[in-house]
Amino acid sequence: MIEIDQVSKWYGSTQVLAECSTRVAKGEVVVICGPSGSGKSTLIKLVNGLESFQSGRITVDGVFVDAPETDLPKLRSRVGMVFQNFELFPHLSVRDNLTLAQIKVLGRSKKEARERGLSLLERVGLQAYAKQYPSQLSGGQQQRVAIARALCMDPICMLFDEPTSALDPEMVNEVLDVMIELAREGMTMMCVTHEMGFAREVADRVIFIDQGVIVEDCHRDDFFGDVAARSERAQQFLSSILSH
Amino acid sequence: MNLDVITDHLDYFLVGAYPHGPLGGAALTLILSVLSALVSGVLGFILGIALAVTRGFAQTSLLLVLSFFRAIPVIMLIFWTYFMLPIVFGINVPGIATVVIALSLIGGAYLAHSVYAGIRSLRQGQWQAAAALGLRPWQVLRYVILPQALPIMTPSFINQWVALIKDTSLAYVIGVGELSFVATQVSNREMVYPTEIFLFVALLYYAICSTLEFFANRVARRYQQAT
Repeated sequence: MIEIDQVSKWYGSTQVLAECSTRVAKGEVVVICGPSGSGKSTLIKLVNGLESFQSGRITVDGVFVDAPETDLPKLRSRVGMVFQNFELFPHLSVRDNLTLAQIKVLGRSKKEARERGLSLLERVGLQAYAKQYPSQLSGGQQQRVAIARALCMDPICMLFDEPTSALDPEMVNEVLDVMIELAREGMTMMCVTHEMGFAREVADRVIFIDQGVIVEDCHRDDFFGDVAARSERAQQFLSSILSH
Repeated sequence: MNLDVITDHLDYFLVGAYPHGPLGGAALTLILSVLSALVSGVLGFILGIALAVTRGFAQTSLLLVLSFFRAIPVIMLIFWTYFMLPIVFGINVPGIATVVIALSLIGGAYLAHSVYAGIRSLRQGQWQAAAALGLRPWQVLRYVILPQALPIMTPSFINQWVALIKDTSLAYVIGVGELSFVATQVSNREMVYPTEIFLFVALLYYAICSTLEFFANRVARRYQQAT
């Protein structure tokens, strides 16, 4: 589904990603972790072309992300993305947040879009909030709406960029629950997250990035189970986030 | 205080020589203001968006042009368009058009920066989230960025338009008979009532400007409530 092949990226003269390669098969859930500034968010934003890269190639469902002939907006409409800061549109009600792209991008009728929006809102447990504005919702609720907004487009895969990092601790689980359910239903997912409980529960593979290099890319049982076989950096990272 | 000088010439202050001659006075000031406000608004809007979506050479050139129009005095631009254009291009620009063009160019240059700043004030994440949904760049602007940026820009637009109303008084230098021009005429004719006349003129400007401010704020407030 997603193939990342020898991808490098520079900001000016600083290299932020160095020859990263990995692939995500259909239905697979991959968790990407690593220290802050390691390039993990950048990597995930390359997949739907929100950031550019200088060398290597990325394909999503066979489409080259950086090819000039690629219709990037069309590709993006098939790839769902959830952001750290939710990024709901504050001037639109929850319902209109869900229907905007369905109507303008997919060409669905207003009625069809609203029905689809409402059914997904129900799925994330927020059907009562359709007429509210994002600012009236808690962080956890906003992120659940953001997930519903992405799902409205019937994506072939989902990208999550630290979806719980901006949340108060008591709201993390409501978002993770939605993500776990999604993973169990067979959605192809790439998740940048530090929630190792989530990784243990549903991830097929765990990728560990440090300083722009993919250091580990292995099955979750190997990643968490066989700690001694992991690189020194990965061990340090794991002990620092699992010690509490 | 002799208020007779005001009442005797009231028609002339308000509409100039109209209907026996050309429209002038406060009515002409209003027309100049409305036209310049509209053109400068459209210009500022388009140029501001252009600033936000261009990079590199195109943006730098645009910034240079804008800084030029922000740096020259209105009165100079009025002189220029009025006296230079006929010489250089052989076309005769009527006085009223000259004033509207000059005020619109300068107002537009200022407003472009306000529009640009309003657009820039939104988080990068809003652009990314909208793009990630598959919206095309102009759709991102139209449905996500501008509806949020416009309320932020309103105070700048009101400020600029109020300044512009007052700047229409500079039209007198090329003999356009707007409010300040007719006031000077009456004052020169009557000789001894400048206090009364210019106090009245000041009140008229104040009334026009505060009316604009009142309605603009109401529109802005309604718009903000709707969001």
